[in-house]
Amino acid sequence: MENVITAENMRLYYGEKEALHGINLAFPKNQITALLGPSGSGKSTFLRSLNRMNDLIPDVTITGSVKFEGQDIYSPKMDVVNLRKRVGMVFQQPNPFPFSVYDNVIYGLKLEGVKDKKLLDQRVEESLKQAAVWDETKDHLKESALSFSGGQQQRICIARVLAVQPDMILMDEPTSALDPVSSSKIEDTMLELKNDYTVAIVTHNMQQAARISDYSAFFLNGDLIETEATQQMFVNPVQEQTSDFLNGKFG
Amino acid sequence: MDQIKNELTHKSKASKQDVRGRTIAFICIAVIMLVVLSILFMITSRGLSTFIQDKVPVSDFFTKTVWNPSAVDANGHYLVGALPMIVGSFSVTILAALLATPFAIATAVFMTEISPKRGQRILQPVIELLVGIPSVVYGFIGLTVVVPLTRQLFGGTGFGILSGTFVLFVMVLPTITSMYIDSLKSVPRFYREASLALGATRWQTISRVVIRASVPGLLTAIVFGMARAFGEALAVQMVIGNAALLPHNLLSPASTLTSVLTTGIGNTVMGTLPNNALWTLALILLVMSLLFNLLTRYIGRKGGLK
Repeated sequence: MENVITAENMRLYYGEKEALHGINLAFPKNQITALLGPSGSGKSTFLRSLNRMNDLIPDVTITGSVKFEGQDIYSPKMDVVNLRKRVGMVFQQPNPFPFSVYDNVIYGLKLEGVKDKKLLDQRVEESLKQAAVWDETKDHLKESALSFSGGQQQRICIARVLAVQPDMILMDEPTSALDPVSSSKIEDTMLELKNDYTVAIVTHNMQQAARISDYSAFFLNGDLIETEATQQMFVNPVQEQTSDFLNGKFG
Repeated sequence: MDQIKNELTHKSKASKQDVRGRTIAFICIAVIMLVVLSILFMITSRGLSTFIQDKVPVSDFFTKTVWNPSAVDANGHYLVGALPMIVGSFSVTILAALLATPFAIATAVFMTEISPKRGQRILQPVIELLVGIPSVVYGFIGLTVVVPLTRQLFGGTGFGILSGTFVLFVMVLPTITSMYIDSLKSVPRFYREASLALGATRWQTISRVVIRASVPGLLTAIVFGMARAFGEALAVQMVIGNAALLPHNLLSPASTLTSVLTTGIGNTVMGTLPNNALWTLALILLVMSLLFNLLTRYIGRKGGLK
């Protein structure tokens, strides 16, 4: 199977301190990969290094290689702006801009200089439909995105990422700030997205990982302990630590 | 039992202190309220007596252009047309705000977004210093530097609205900048992250998200700057020329509400029309500052809803 992103022996340091100890992980195309693990296990840090959001934190160094479509994303030649257009990100807290829904969704397209009103309208509709929030927003496109509920805001944020048509979508605990109903809507959205996109999702919620992901990777203290097809891992984990975590012995 | 009952039904030391503290606070507030209300009452009653006691038509006051309260015209009407000063005040205020805003935006963006470390170390003290310089010093510099410069560059006497604008520009710049810095700092970090994660450059993030999200804060800052400019007396008075004439261009000598007040207040007798007319100017200033205040609140509320 084709991999979209491949990390090889990737180590990350905050100053002197090594936070990720040599991660080898690949994300297969059109599959959902869940990154599991207790707080502080490095799963979010790893996710954020896949589109170089860790660049924003001073004193972060990364060794090893992270390849996206065969290109090392940490090579000096890599254009971070283009990388982030192709590897989109959805954050833990819904973070729509304080603009209208329409302006939120077209933000990425406007950056690319798209001005054609018809194309913009079309992309807004497509993206909001894909993110399963079109019915709630179609009559309120000119209203502030902040006037919607948390779950709707998060789906608007997903639509905002989809509008630029990335190859891969990184989701950093996208449902942990939401109520169960909104969460399940977002899970449905993710299953739909799988047809066109490759998804990596960090989650605290093991049931969520079991419901939606095809592959699971278990992180502990900056190490990648085990990576497996999700069903395989949940039924019959190889490592004892994974089994303990899945059985709720810690975490 | 009796002892416990006694303790429960009598005021403890702590609750007595509580009452005492509250009483002191109430007295302080009452004194302040009294002072504020009497100031308001005094200015309003004196200011209105021009119209009530001296029977000057309100429309004349706001539309006539001759200001000479100690004289009457051929028909026996007092010459109290305040339009030149109102125009003067508004034009220096608006021009100074217009001129200062781009500089304030650039400075504030530099200090918060582009180079926060150097901004904190070098520019922050500079701005605080600019706020602290007494206005008479600004006026003095205006008189010795700005006025001759204006005269050489644009002609005329150098005294006029343009010089007033330049001096006020320097005076309101730190006000607008420091308020806008606070507003930029309150733009949540996750807006910036969201924008960068969508493939925006740092400049695109600043110009399309951060500045846009902080527009209500910017407007509030500008209004505060305008309030300061509108109320500034000394520095403006020193460079504007103090001619109570309707200015026909930016270089002709003019006057503002405040400059007429400061020059005229010592030369009038309490209770006479020339004195009352000055109180009316003070009333206009008061009403204007009230309006500026309401405007910032309105912007704050609208911005908060977004």
